[in-house]
Amino acid sequence: MTAKGRWWVYVVLTAGLLAVISPFVWMLLSSVKPAGEILGTPPTWLPGHVTGEHYRSLFERLDLATYLTNSVAVAVAVTVGNMVFCSMLGYVLAKLSFRGRRLLFGLVMGMLMVPGMVTFVPLFILVSNVGLANTYSGLILPYLVQPVGVFLMRQFIGELPDELIDAARVDGAGEARIFARIVLPLCGPALATLGIITFLASWNNFLWPLVVAQTEDMYTMPVALALYSVGQNSIDYGLLLAGAVVVVVPVLLLFTFLQRHFTQGIATTGFR
Amino acid sequence: MALSRATHRTIVGWTFALPFAVLFVVFMAGPVIASLGMSFTDIRGTDLRTPLNVGVIGLENYARLFSDTRFLRAAWNTVLFVVLGVPLTIVLALAVALGIDRGVTKFRTVFRVGYYLPVVTSIVAVAVVWRFLLHPDSGMVNGLLGLAGIDGPNWLTDPDLALPSLIVMAAWRGMGTLMVIFLAGLQSIPRTLYEAAAIDGAGPWQRLRDITLPMLRPALLFAAVITGIGYLQVFEEPFVMTQGTPLDRTLTVSYYIYNQFGFGNYGYAAAMSYVLFTVIVGLTVVQFRLLRPKT
Repeated sequence: MTAKGRWWVYVVLTAGLLAVISPFVWMLLSSVKPAGEILGTPPTWLPGHVTGEHYRSLFERLDLATYLTNSVAVAVAVTVGNMVFCSMLGYVLAKLSFRGRRLLFGLVMGMLMVPGMVTFVPLFILVSNVGLANTYSGLILPYLVQPVGVFLMRQFIGELPDELIDAARVDGAGEARIFARIVLPLCGPALATLGIITFLASWNNFLWPLVVAQTEDMYTMPVALALYSVGQNSIDYGLLLAGAVVVVVPVLLLFTFLQRHFTQGIATTGFR
Repeated sequence: MALSRATHRTIVGWTFALPFAVLFVVFMAGPVIASLGMSFTDIRGTDLRTPLNVGVIGLENYARLFSDTRFLRAAWNTVLFVVLGVPLTIVLALAVALGIDRGVTKFRTVFRVGYYLPVVTSIVAVAVVWRFLLHPDSGMVNGLLGLAGIDGPNWLTDPDLALPSLIVMAAWRGMGTLMVIFLAGLQSIPRTLYEAAAIDGAGPWQRLRDITLPMLRPALLFAAVITGIGYLQVFEEPFVMTQGTPLDRTLTVSYYIYNQFGFGNYGYAAAMSYVLFTVIVGLTVVQFRLLRPKT
């Protein structure tokens, strides 16, 4: 409680921080080591020689551009869908009293407790039987709306002043107009949180894409990395690390730059 | 024809809800019900094109669970994961949050962002890195232990160490979320409480025990609920790190369900998933009872 803080707290927090981020540091440094150095004994932090060969072979031996395109396309579609649909539902749940509202909200919240494994098998059967296996639709549709997004938007919109919306209603504005012209422009922070969270979750998602994407042209980055890292007899360790860097670094940068928009939403929903 | 205001509102409300509701029913609520139905049948992967061949077998799948030693092993491992993992994650996150909120005035953002980074990273990529770090001969963990003269074990193949290794890894990935929740909770505690306690001569430990922890109770319970629900479903760590080995010591319930799905035992997998669901609902209800403020 001293004004400047305590020196030993800085030391402990810094030591802990180094421990927490050290796997990423080692990953970055080792991805530019020559193959023989990566699993050397004893292990090293700094590369003896620096090489870009592993990154080159990501493009030459694997179809990195395709995986990246798939990952981005799916994540963007899922993010846009959640931002639009969750805020629409969040608005009426927060600001309009209509028949069935409580039931709808109860169902959506109840869904938060359902483990992923409960829906996994029927969802897979559904998606394969309607011919969506190995398609973008199969990757995107099951994630296009998510209960936690509704919860976040409803909480945020609920705190906007009622007078604002009532005044517009008195002036004869329809609900669609109120939503688009008054509510949405005020939802910037909540939409930013939802957008970043959804994008990251989709980018990192891997079990569903693993079973839905069946040919290489539909793989997302994590699927390609997972299959490459467990499937083969002789694993190219350098390639694996370079792939991990490509998966991790964009989200680390995205998060670090946008973290201000992020933390409030996590505190209220516990969503990661 | 003029509709009553209430009817009009209902039409508008459901119009806004429609896109969500359709996707929700098809891709979430529908599968939840389908899963329950499947759990009472002997449906297998080969039955998908001939659904009429599927037989209703009542509770047989559920009865079978309790004599399935692999399921019981998976359930035990999952319980261990929760019982050891939840307190570990909470204590680490609380220590970091207290340090950032109370102990330092500079670099707070650096600490907050840094400790949060593992949360946002892909488990697949993380697994790649951790398998290197935990390598028995060339891994950095044993390398550092070697500097202290300790001969490090093979973390992921030792039957007694594999599960604890995964728990530590999960805590490393999960503590950032809880840290953010605790930081928000700490900021809502009125400073005047501490000033009053300081005047009364309370030391730092007393302030922590008598003010901070009681005031953080809602945040702590919320953290316990979401971490408990998460660890009950733990799947990714064993999937990418150990595939359940050694000797099923890292086989978790979710991973076993996925396994049975892979073998085509859809009905059995569905029954297991419903047992897990029931446990999660039970735990959530109990914890929300505790969450309710004391009156």
